[in-house]
Amino acid sequence: MTLLKIDRLSVSFTNYQGTSSVLDRVSLTIGRGQILGLVGESGCGKSVTARTILRLIPQPPGNITAGAILFKDEDLLKVSPRRMRQIRGNEISMIFQEPMSSLNPVFTVGNQMREVVWIHRKLKRREADAMCVEMLHQVQMPDPEAVLKKYPHELSGGMRQRVMVAMELVCAPELLIADEPTTALDVTIQGQVLAILTALTRERNISVLMITHDMGVVAQVCDRVAVMYAGRVVEAAPVQELFAGPMHPYTRGLIASIPSMDANDSLYSIPGSVPTLIDPPPGCRFHPRCTVRLDACDRQVPELRWITPEHQVACHGVPIGGRKGEAASAPGY
Amino acid sequence: MKTFLKNNSKWQEFLLTARLLRQNPIAMAGVVILTIMTLLALCADFLAPFDPIRLSLSERLQAPGLSHWFGTDEMGRDILSRVMFGARISLRIGFIVILVSGGMGSIIGAVAGYYGGRVDNIIMRLMDVILSFPSLVLAMALAAAMGPSLNNAIMAVAFVMIPKFARMVRGDALAVKEMQFISAARISGAGNGWIIFNHILPNCLNSVIVLATLTLGDTILIAASLSFIGLGAQPPTPEWGAMISVGRKFLMDQWWYATFPGLFILVTVIGFNILGDALRDIMDPRIRR
Amino acid sequence: MRILQYILKRLIYMLPVLFGVTVMVFVISHAIPGDPAKMIAGPKASRQAVDNIRKQHGLDKPLPVQYLRFVSGLVKGDLGISIRNHRPVTHDLNDFFPATLELTLASIMICLGVGIPLGIISAVRRNHLTDHLTRIFSVFGVSMPVFWLGLMLLLLFYRNLGWLPGSGRLDIDFSPPVYVTGLYLIDTLLEGRIDKFFNVASHIVLPAFCLSYVYLAIVTRIVRSSMIEVLGQEFIITARANGVSEWMIVLKHAFKNSLIPTVTITGLSFGELLGGAILTETIFGWPGMGKYVVDSVNYLDFPAIMGFTLIVALVYVSINLFVDVLYAFLNPKITY
Repeated sequence: MTLLKIDRLSVSFTNYQGTSSVLDRVSLTIGRGQILGLVGESGCGKSVTARTILRLIPQPPGNITAGAILFKDEDLLKVSPRRMRQIRGNEISMIFQEPMSSLNPVFTVGNQMREVVWIHRKLKRREADAMCVEMLHQVQMPDPEAVLKKYPHELSGGMRQRVMVAMELVCAPELLIADEPTTALDVTIQGQVLAILTALTRERNISVLMITHDMGVVAQVCDRVAVMYAGRVVEAAPVQELFAGPMHPYTRGLIASIPSMDANDSLYSIPGSVPTLIDPPPGCRFHPRCTVRLDACDRQVPELRWITPEHQVACHGVPIGGRKGEAASAPGY
Repeated sequence: MKTFLKNNSKWQEFLLTARLLRQNPIAMAGVVILTIMTLLALCADFLAPFDPIRLSLSERLQAPGLSHWFGTDEMGRDILSRVMFGARISLRIGFIVILVSGGMGSIIGAVAGYYGGRVDNIIMRLMDVILSFPSLVLAMALAAAMGPSLNNAIMAVAFVMIPKFARMVRGDALAVKEMQFISAARISGAGNGWIIFNHILPNCLNSVIVLATLTLGDTILIAASLSFIGLGAQPPTPEWGAMISVGRKFLMDQWWYATFPGLFILVTVIGFNILGDALRDIMDPRIRR
Repeated sequence: MRILQYILKRLIYMLPVLFGVTVMVFVISHAIPGDPAKMIAGPKASRQAVDNIRKQHGLDKPLPVQYLRFVSGLVKGDLGISIRNHRPVTHDLNDFFPATLELTLASIMICLGVGIPLGIISAVRRNHLTDHLTRIFSVFGVSMPVFWLGLMLLLLFYRNLGWLPGSGRLDIDFSPPVYVTGLYLIDTLLEGRIDKFFNVASHIVLPAFCLSYVYLAIVTRIVRSSMIEVLGQEFIITARANGVSEWMIVLKHAFKNSLIPTVTITGLSFGELLGGAILTETIFGWPGMGKYVVDSVNYLDFPAIMGFTLIVALVYVSINLFVDVLYAFLNPKITY
């Protein structure tokens, strides 16, 4: 059952240098209780997509030029600001990358958590506190009552991120957007926070949009994954299928770039660099770096098509109905 | 010559600053204002329609009109001419004060920042003491102690402005002294004094220029205030503050007397402040490419 | 408990500064003038009188001894005798202090009451008309010669429009209110005389506005730039993502973070306000310490000038200490 459907979302940004097409007809679906990973390099548009769901992109300089975001039955791009505020933190929640700066330094943790509870549940202070303590317990925070009285700078990075998780889950949302939640944490803590996050969301059947550039996280945690490049979704498939048989040349490059413990060769990296979005390459935006470029690739934008019932690809080199592996002649990576 | 200028990085920086300045219309307004005032100051002898100290008792206290655009004062002197010469006085005061306080303050600050430790502590406490007095109050006390005269007022104001420069340059010096080329200079045998003058101070130049421009405005205001209460320029010197002081007596019936000099003070200081703000934005390393 | 420790630390830090202030006042009054005895005796005193003064005040002794004398006098509350009034300067200052206090407080209230909202609105509506107007106003504010502004205000509101009175704290037909605080605005209310209250209010409007003008512009600018900086921070986006309304974001989340620079500037402004009071009180005939010192300057009443300077510096230093302590309350990151 679909919880969130992003339908051909296009977003542009205008600044003194010009107008960039930051998202071009991005389409994604997230089912109930599903963890969808959204991967891509920095600047590919993953964060913009996530923030647009909650309408957090300021409208100048940003501009939503087309598309719809259907959450249950509502188009989030068309709801009133009041309804949007109701949804935020309550039906859809978001955690951010930098726990250091995502919490207000001059208010206590308790104050900030209570605020979220109060906005959406209007409970009295004691009941609100109880809810917060319970949630902090759930994220395995030692001594939750004491933590409520602390200021953000008094907590470690990992603890702060757990506070964020607690704060965003306390009102039992149906969808949690996690924008690179572990990137800024110490490696030792990353696994911990990730584990807590996945356990809680699975328990409560909360859908998760997990944004990351780390394929390892995707493999560990996600049910399904979508790959983005330069503002477009280029491939989407269940996690196993994607790793077993990536179809888009970019995805293949990404997977090939993962350092492996037993490989003795030098690290592989995709040649070339990400294009600027003010004047992106015509047709497929990856074609300048693609090793299997065809004639059509610099003229026609490849559509995101279903190759198998669960696997989508946007590439001219993948024939319709072709099985994975049969796509195009690809040099060995 | 051309290649020398092209290779000289300071000149290149100056050109960059000028170009960025030109792109900012408000900053250009400030430049225009200051250019006009400077012209008035430098060429008052040619531009002024009348002799500023020429008395003409038959023309006392005339309202602004065709021959006297700004009217006349109680001695029949043309106010427009006096205001023009006032520009010369005010700008002169401003530049002298900035040179003295900027120079001394920067050296004091550089020494404090560079040597650090006790020296820094003592110097900064001294600066704190000076800053414990509101600027006008301290300038007033000094000027009163030295005796009411324009030169004394200039020295009093310069003294009051020193800590501003000292504080800022000290901050810059603390950062600069950690840089590689300082250690390099020291290893090559350069003495502390040499390092301070040839390495530390030049790197603080940008912030000093910004601060100097902004402080010029404040200086003119304080100097005019001192003259207004009788401690700076003495009548019949056509200093703007002094003119307002006399004009005050005639305010109700001869509004022009106090109005025009004050207007010129306002416009001039606005010019310095706009320019200073624009320079500060430009010199911000994030904007320079 | 830790707060007390912090306060104590700040107090101790202040002591050398206070010491420095007394030294500076001493140097200015005793070492700079050509003949301090003459300064104290006044320009009209006879040679004999000057010599008497010299002996009386120990001005023929070496400087350090003079300094000790000076400080011991300070501790006893002796700032010298005013040449003009032949009264102890401390008595004079005491008399004129309430008027200045009232004017300064009224100005601070204007600065904060108008400046903070204006700064916030300007930051929120960045680049709209309100913002541009506010920035223009700011530039005018810091460039304004206060004494000229006062004169222009008088021209407009007193001479041309006749709406407001031109000088003093109260119309002559009224008698001053019964002394409780020395602040006429409060005392008239305590007296129950509403007519007097409005009269006092009408007298204080122009001078308070004139005095506050410069710092109003500064406060507005600081609040604006600090709010802009805070509103660009990550935690603001978090709050928005949690469903907090825009109003709450600005007034609760953003504003508390920009209180720190605002409070610091207010503290600094207070000192400069005391300086500006000199000019404003003179223009508006406001019988406060500022007018007193200007009259003293005209008379070359040196003890009065130095007494005023010292008192003002002490008040300024105390206010800065107060601001420091307040800062500790506002910023949870301060380690005591």
